[in-house]
Amino acid sequence: MHDMITLRDLQVQFFAPKKLIRAVNGVNLTVGQGEVVALIGESGSGKSVTLRSIMRLHSERSTRISGGLEVDGKDVLKMSQRELAALRGDTVAMIFQEPLLALDPVYTVGAQIIEAIRRHKKVSKAEAHKQALSLFEKVRIPSPERRLDAYPHEMSGGMRQRAMIALALSCAPKVLLADEPTTALDATVQIQILLLLRDLQKELGLSIVFVTHDIGAAAEVADRIAVMYAGKIIEQGPAAELLTRPRHPYTLSLLKSRSHGAMQKGQRLETIGGAPPDLSNLPAGCAFAERCKYAVAECSSVQPRDETLSPGHVVSCLRVHQIGQINPVAAAAH
Amino acid sequence: MTDQRDIGGPRQPLLQVRDLLKHFPLKGKGLPFTSPRSAVRAVDGVNFDILKGETLGVVGESGCGKSTTARVLMQLINQDSGELVFDGETVGSRALPLRQFRRQTQMVFQDSYSSLNPRMTIEDSIAFAPTVHGLPSREAITRARDLLARVGLAPERFAGRYPHELSGGQRQRVNIARALALEPRLVILDEAVSALDKSVEAQVLNLLLDLKQEFGLTYLFISHDLNVVRFISDRVLVMYLGQVVEIGSSDQVFDQPKHPYTRALLKSMPSMDPLQRTMEAPLAGDPPNPINPPSGCRFHTRCAYVQPVCSQRAPTFASDDSGHGVACLRYEADTASLFSSEASHA
Repeated sequence: MHDMITLRDLQVQFFAPKKLIRAVNGVNLTVGQGEVVALIGESGSGKSVTLRSIMRLHSERSTRISGGLEVDGKDVLKMSQRELAALRGDTVAMIFQEPLLALDPVYTVGAQIIEAIRRHKKVSKAEAHKQALSLFEKVRIPSPERRLDAYPHEMSGGMRQRAMIALALSCAPKVLLADEPTTALDATVQIQILLLLRDLQKELGLSIVFVTHDIGAAAEVADRIAVMYAGKIIEQGPAAELLTRPRHPYTLSLLKSRSHGAMQKGQRLETIGGAPPDLSNLPAGCAFAERCKYAVAECSSVQPRDETLSPGHVVSCLRVHQIGQINPVAAAAH
Repeated sequence: MTDQRDIGGPRQPLLQVRDLLKHFPLKGKGLPFTSPRSAVRAVDGVNFDILKGETLGVVGESGCGKSTTARVLMQLINQDSGELVFDGETVGSRALPLRQFRRQTQMVFQDSYSSLNPRMTIEDSIAFAPTVHGLPSREAITRARDLLARVGLAPERFAGRYPHELSGGQRQRVNIARALALEPRLVILDEAVSALDKSVEAQVLNLLLDLKQEFGLTYLFISHDLNVVRFISDRVLVMYLGQVVEIGSSDQVFDQPKHPYTRALLKSMPSMDPLQRTMEAPLAGDPPNPINPPSGCRFHTRCAYVQPVCSQRAPTFASDDSGHGVACLRYEADTASLFSSEASHA
């Protein structure tokens, strides 16, 4: 069994007028077969850029990607346009935050799914229609036959997200990339979509990379969680371990603010002062040093290296051994 | 701090909302599939009080009428029927003309960028409303700078900047400062922290707590984030399809929810623990369309406790002595016996 996705020291830079934006700065990540990995972080942390670079979706002219990027054993950075077109959809598919923008408003959702199937497989229209119907059943859209003839605007938000998942699965991909798929949904619908993704993943043995800023959503679906900050993964590990025994100061403060009971009425919230660094002007040392309460002088000059604490649990912090473990879930239970 | 504008004393609610109704008619001609009389029943008979000095949280799914209610409260749009009583005076009456009411009620919106004029410096944006209400411009600028300092933006660095030169969190601070410029008594926060990253959200929530204490404010806090609502609210109001289904103290609503919808909403929160994941979605499907809401109790199409009577009879809202109110037939004397204590289906 080999890894489905391997990112080695991945760097993504965008050329902007008069400056270079370093959106991703050395990401190391592997996603195994049938594994669900959540990438979490705040806006501008590089999680979506990392995700999109897996399919090379960024404009070739204004982007520089370097490092290692393999999907299903093939080097994506060396692929021709023709090979890329085969990769997209067949091996890797993607779902987005806002299905209304991702789906074409002038075609019915059924027509879009049939088009995708026939673009990749040599099947008759009737056969493609049959497959589309079974996909709609699979994503549990009620009265699927009728819904195939609906236009995107005729569906509710949750239904559209289901239709987009059906579209993504139409060519039986091995990898599903999900970019904040539940962020725009109401809580009651979000949990339905999360459960659907979890079921489909099990049923089809999909590998999923799930980008979100909501730790709760990540906890519901992910086997492993990777936390990004300023274009780097600063901590990654098995979901349960990372959530109960976080070691990086940034993960610690993120979890402290979100774990149940952490927001006690009448108390002030613990905040991380300051703001994330400017990606066109990154500091020499650890990007979090400026906001970190454990930082020492060395932190702002030396880049921390990845350190493996236990199998799969990797932290990038100079002071990881000086910072005691805390257990935010247990601490919040009291 | 005694507020000279306080008319009715501390026990008089700051704002009483009575039978508020707002329907948005759909234009029948030209739009296919709509009968000429159909309307989006955005707010459909809403009653509640906002007490002096409290934070009233409002939760509900998109389309439940939270924001329309807020906009009617601000009188940005007019209600079809119903009454707003601000500290004992009917809004729009001779005793409390709209202009007087508006300076006492201010609003902060979700999108921090579109709610600021891109061609005005933030100092001018904040000073604008006080000037309109008759404050000399020099004094208005002084007040703007004081407020900027108060919300954590050093005036010497930020006063002359334009909205696009600020981050989302900084812009939302400007919007809060602007809302305070008229020294309002009621501030309506409509998803005011929802677009911010978690670490910035925490900073802004702390700021809101401080300002409330310092200026003796009353908040109406609308959000879909239940964690945040619980943190900031004294009382919580739950809306579903244009109606209030439950009101109570924060602890009552979060720890002893009565309405099946409130229970489902609370259960929909992710578990935060991968070892105790949610196994089943508490509610199936999306909220129904407010154009043609279900008959009887509007929640009956998704309710786990549903009985035949639910589709025939609309529940009436009733509160107990502690102020915990609910609109559900399970709690009404003559229909309670029709329900078993357990959910009838998942």
